[in-house]
Amino acid sequence: MIPFQKTLNDSSLAHLPVGVQARVIAISGSTAVARRLMEMGVVPGAPVRVIKTAPLGDPMEIRVRGYHLALRRTEAQTITVTAVTD
Amino acid sequence: MNTTLESPPPVKDLAGAAEKSRGKRLTIALAGNPNAGKTTLFNTLTGLRQKVANYAGVTVERKEGVWPLVPGGQAPARLIDLPGLYSLDAASLDEKIARDVLTGQIAGLPAPDIIVAVVDATNLERNLYLATQLLEYGRPLVIALTMIDLAERRDIEIDVERLAGELGVPVIPVVASQRRGIDALSAAIIELAGKTGAGPGWRLSETAEQELSSLAEHAGVRHARHAVLRDLYGEELPADTERRAAVERARARLSAADQNWWQEPLLARYDWIEQVTARCVRQTGNQHQRPTATERIDRILTHRLFGPLVLILIMLLVFQTIFSWASLPMDLIDRGFGTLGELVRAQMSPGLLTDLLVDGIIAGVGGVLVFLPQILLLFFFITILEDTGYMARAAFLMDRLMRGVGLHGKAFMPLLSSFACAIPGIMATRTIENPKDRFATIMIAPFMSCSARLPVYALLIAAFFSTQKVLGFVSVGALMIVSMYMLGIAVAVCVAWVLKHTILKAPPPPLVLEMPPYRVPNLLTVAQAVWSRAWLFVRRAGTVILAISIILWALVTFPRATTTHTASAPAVDSTSAVNQGTQEGLGDETGEQIRNSFAGRAGRLIEPLIAPLGFDWKMGIGLISSFAARETLVSTFSIVYNVGPDEEEGSPSLIEAVRDARRPDGSPAWTPLVAVSMMVFFVLACQCMSTVAVVRRETNSWRWPLFMVSYMLVLAYVASLVTFQGGRLLGFT
Repeated sequence: MIPFQKTLNDSSLAHLPVGVQARVIAISGSTAVARRLMEMGVVPGAPVRVIKTAPLGDPMEIRVRGYHLALRRTEAQTITVTAVTD
Repeated sequence: MNTTLESPPPVKDLAGAAEKSRGKRLTIALAGNPNAGKTTLFNTLTGLRQKVANYAGVTVERKEGVWPLVPGGQAPARLIDLPGLYSLDAASLDEKIARDVLTGQIAGLPAPDIIVAVVDATNLERNLYLATQLLEYGRPLVIALTMIDLAERRDIEIDVERLAGELGVPVIPVVASQRRGIDALSAAIIELAGKTGAGPGWRLSETAEQELSSLAEHAGVRHARHAVLRDLYGEELPADTERRAAVERARARLSAADQNWWQEPLLARYDWIEQVTARCVRQTGNQHQRPTATERIDRILTHRLFGPLVLILIMLLVFQTIFSWASLPMDLIDRGFGTLGELVRAQMSPGLLTDLLVDGIIAGVGGVLVFLPQILLLFFFITILEDTGYMARAAFLMDRLMRGVGLHGKAFMPLLSSFACAIPGIMATRTIENPKDRFATIMIAPFMSCSARLPVYALLIAAFFSTQKVLGFVSVGALMIVSMYMLGIAVAVCVAWVLKHTILKAPPPPLVLEMPPYRVPNLLTVAQAVWSRAWLFVRRAGTVILAISIILWALVTFPRATTTHTASAPAVDSTSAVNQGTQEGLGDETGEQIRNSFAGRAGRLIEPLIAPLGFDWKMGIGLISSFAARETLVSTFSIVYNVGPDEEEGSPSLIEAVRDARRPDGSPAWTPLVAVSMMVFFVLACQCMSTVAVVRRETNSWRWPLFMVSYMLVLAYVASLVTFQGGRLLGFT
């Protein structure tokens, strides 16, 4: 079920710099929020990119599966991503 | 292009198929993600043949329409528009309702014969998630592929036939605003009627599949796959104790093997969707690498600096427009009711019935309908902001601030709506998933100064403040109104903080919010949204306000004072000084009449209680009546101060009457300080029966509305007391 190996480059989505293309590795956190994120397409393997953060630094806007999603840093911290270099 | 829009729709069999399905009235439900273009499609299919109601027990809008299917067809279908949802595993109240309708769990509403899944072609993968769940559910399904023109523009090529083949259901590209693909959609539905749906196209791991099949054949009953999936992976456990035990054992086994066992169906669905789209969707050209129009617009609108600035400008513009544009139609309505009152009085013989019609009904209802232009304008702006996609940006910008008091960015929209009227505002909270956050938002929504408070502010400010200027250009009146709005917001913030740290204590709510692409709003959709919300208001004027006006008129009119002009003469003399404008002598009689009426007695009864706030018994009558609806204060004063029905809020005579009102000792009843005290009371008190009724319905208990009325009343009393007594200590009058 987890085909994506963890590497040294793994970080939480909350720490992913703006504009860097990344891929979701895993989602932890409470079931309700993780379930909603996954239903919205944030599942392991999905490419994500941080678009910007709100004026007060939170929430952040990401692009996933061709659409834009706003989420708070607390939620972003539960998403492990790895930067994709291509 | 592979999209089949250009090919002629298969209409040849329509007549025959319609013949077949004659007599059976199809029920069709429209399901789809928010912003997938569902409402536009619904409006195109039904035109004006639709009605809006509420689902029993909740304030979720229930939109239903008639879809002819075939022009002039014999058996038009019943089309149900559902709130947008991302998944059948519902998170918010809105989604729960949509799911319950789709799965036939709403009393009195059979499961739809056919489900039309509205799928946004520019956002195919996420939109197909819900479609996949609907496939699992096994009802006859048609996919309406919307936004196909936008997808083309973004060089997304979709092989529609292949997609239909992969999913096993008809896929019909539609551009609802141009009526493209509508006939093909009808044809597919008629074709499908009575058939069963296709099955799911994905499997779970061996272990999970084994658990599913053992649960499917449980206790001699055969369960459908979708039902077993929901039992095993859903949030709620099955009600039946024996089955629940079996499900719990299966869950324990699965979670022992993998702690993320519950993610498996979600991953499997997306895996399958990715396989399907890999075969049917091609991204050509390099359009997708260029920023979209939405991204370019957002460079300004959610910019660190310009974003909040634009938000403030938009709010200023909205309120400025509401106050300036609405004044002309408001004057017209006001004069219209005035003329109507005069006409009725001229046509009918003087007597109780005439008084009831003119002073009670026409004055009361007219005094409320005057606000219709303001409410229409505010709803218009809110609908535009919603439909363009800006509201999500407002939530994005405001979330950090809202979280400071423990609320959700999504609470911003309901609170903004509450400036028009708390009722649609409270109804809009249903998109907030967590009940505690939702209740906290509901509890503070009535602090936003709604349009019903405006006439109260307008009357008192016109009477006591408007002439003076500050800094040469801002009138004291405008400053006062802004202060009242600010006071409401400030108190709301404090109350929210207290609630979220006491009875509604919960961790900060998560925010997972789609930022939809900006769209040009569809005029028909906007018009319909404004109309249905305005209708709610008019209906209220025709029912609640009408009833209150009659009751109030009766309370002021009865018991009839026959033995007047005796004991309390001095008091009456001073009151009569108010009524120079009215006929000589009549002032005495009417003043005495009101004093001894039921309303007057009630006003005098509470006078000791409200005297510390600076109010006398006549104001007491206004306060009592305004607990039904705030705006009745103005019509009450019209009656209490003996001003004719043609003289509503803002008219010189009522203002004069308020200014000239005297206490028994001859001192002015109203001073600027009393007026401020009264306005503060109106900012904070929950004086609106409709709000109480909506809160009762929305929270499904009497506890919350009663709590709301009481704490707001206490706050209002204390704040008013502090204002008046503090103001006097500081030397204001």
